[in-house]
Amino acid sequence: MSILIDKNTKVICQGFTGSQGTLHSEQALAYGTQLVGGVTPSKGGSEHLGLPVFDTVADAVAATGATASVIYVPAGFCKDSILEALNAGIELIVCITEGIPTLDMLTVKARLDVSNARMIGPNCPGVITPGECKIGIMPGDIHLPGKVGIVSRSGTLTYEAVKQTTDRGFGQSTCVGIGGDPIPGSHFIDVLGMFQEDPDTEAIVMVGEIGGTAEEEAAAFIKANVTKPVVGYIAGVTAPPGKRMGHAGAIIAGGKGTADEKFAALEDAGVRTVRSLAEIGDALAEVTGWS
Amino acid sequence: MNLHEYQAKGLFAEYGLPVSEGYAVDTADEAVAAAEKIGGERWVVKVQVHAGGRGKAGGVKLADTLDEVRDFANNWIGKNLVTFQTDENGQPVSKIYVESCTDIDTELYLGAVVDRGSRRVVFMASTEGGVEIEKVAEETPEKILRAEIDPYTGALPYQGRELAFKLGLKGPQIRQFTDLFMGLAKLFQELDCSLLEINPLVVTAEGNIHCLDAKVNIDGNALYRQPRLAEMNDPSQEDEREAQAAEYSLNYVALDGTIGCMVNGAGLAMGTMDLVKLHGGNPANFLDVGGGATKEAVAEAFKIILSDDAVTAVLINIFGGIVSCATIAEGIIGAVEEVGVEVPVVVRFEGNNSELGRKTLADSGLNIIPGESLVDAVQKAVAAAAGGQA
Repeated sequence: MSILIDKNTKVICQGFTGSQGTLHSEQALAYGTQLVGGVTPSKGGSEHLGLPVFDTVADAVAATGATASVIYVPAGFCKDSILEALNAGIELIVCITEGIPTLDMLTVKARLDVSNARMIGPNCPGVITPGECKIGIMPGDIHLPGKVGIVSRSGTLTYEAVKQTTDRGFGQSTCVGIGGDPIPGSHFIDVLGMFQEDPDTEAIVMVGEIGGTAEEEAAAFIKANVTKPVVGYIAGVTAPPGKRMGHAGAIIAGGKGTADEKFAALEDAGVRTVRSLAEIGDALAEVTGWS
Repeated sequence: MNLHEYQAKGLFAEYGLPVSEGYAVDTADEAVAAAEKIGGERWVVKVQVHAGGRGKAGGVKLADTLDEVRDFANNWIGKNLVTFQTDENGQPVSKIYVESCTDIDTELYLGAVVDRGSRRVVFMASTEGGVEIEKVAEETPEKILRAEIDPYTGALPYQGRELAFKLGLKGPQIRQFTDLFMGLAKLFQELDCSLLEINPLVVTAEGNIHCLDAKVNIDGNALYRQPRLAEMNDPSQEDEREAQAAEYSLNYVALDGTIGCMVNGAGLAMGTMDLVKLHGGNPANFLDVGGGATKEAVAEAFKIILSDDAVTAVLINIFGGIVSCATIAEGIIGAVEEVGVEVPVVVRFEGNNSELGRKTLADSGLNIIPGESLVDAVQKAVAAAAGGQA
């Protein structure tokens, strides 16, 4: 078991024949992901990487039975692509693209909220269930099938957490990058709830950062709903207020969204926090008793 | 992206919103000519910088004579204005805004932001105008009125009326405020704003609603479809190195420490800064070279870091996902050969092609200190910056 995706998940790729779509689709196929085709308007009927190309997501779903789609189209086209996937009945939409205008995401999010579809991202590395299915741009070889669920706003910080859990042999059930944008498709609480329900996830690592209140909401959710051990890390203790730290969502605005507030909220919820990102693995061992 | 007040008011005027007649000028002569053109006997002159707190810092003045207009312009153009929102050097003043004077009866506040919690554009209004709205929100949150905009219906006039009545406006002011609210909502949507603020919004002595100040921020991700707004960018208001980095799609934020940091990924870049601090050092900057970093971008990043005289050591922390550590290694070697490097450089490579990257650096003959692990690299950089042996 795992969350969101497993070895049976059929995936299509929007932006399949572009350079990013091609590169990461090749890697996904090499990893064993059941990538069953892709969508590039006006290239329907052709083949790419040995897989069928469709003009529309609806065509791809009808022909392949895909339930998940990964989006690599440029930022300006993402609103259209996400809503196309949603309206074609795709259940899991993973959008990797960075730089989507915020007002576009407000529209997308409002539609997602009244649909049955789940979206991960944008501006994220994607989702991986190690050994089974990789949807996104993360390096597959650092992962190990196992028992830790990882959820993070940052790509490379996820990799750090993955490496530490792999080095200790704990492995990961599923890793979810919810992305660094101010308006993500899914929040920490959505993913934490799934990890809590997943029998193969025995402990959770949550990696947050400055900006917004998603970590505070996650802390309240954990306090009320999560019984599994959680290790938490927040990046940006040294970030100055009012400056956007790379991610569109990583900004301390009006004195709100500081790392200290988030650490305090998590600690109040019983989360084992670490101030050094190098100590995530040690803290996991400590709270679980694993050696 | 921030706009100047004069640019924001120009946009307001295009949307038919009530702003004063005013002109942005570059010289004292032009300032006087602008005041003469506006006419009357009293003008407001304001320095144009990307920072709040201009009034308290002396950057806003009521001028009763043309000589006062001239003196104000002469005094400020070419200088820097320091406010509580700027650093100790302040922001350079290259333009003055000359505006007709408005007689004020009441000061209000009206603003709009993308609210991450509710995932809506939210308008906020308050009777506590002219003061810091963050302080009002903190101390008397009940004095902030809110209206959430549904992305599918857009703003509705009743939302404007509700705010107007709750603000205590009367008679024709209700209609004026509602029109302003609807116009601002349209502007916010059409121009891809991330923030709008009118502080103060005033009721004039004649009883009319009027925008005395105007602040507009544009979503940087949307500039590709707002070319006219993109051209309004004033790089003189940004840190020089930050502006330079932006040209290469690098995310750089200047800090006041001594350890220059180059990292891939925003989260890891923040995490690395935090680790430096945790181990007793001080980061000189945040720098995310991004997921698709090229050799050239890395070389440029290295040069930007080294152009900061405060830097006494450089820490490079790369967890290769998409980006290959070998590419980063070549970029570092290229930059070091081009600009020379006088300070110790510590490098930690992990992930994609990390072994090749380490070998490339080791074989280069350059004096680069390898970090065995993340913590080891941070400790070596902290020691090197302090002048100790790495």
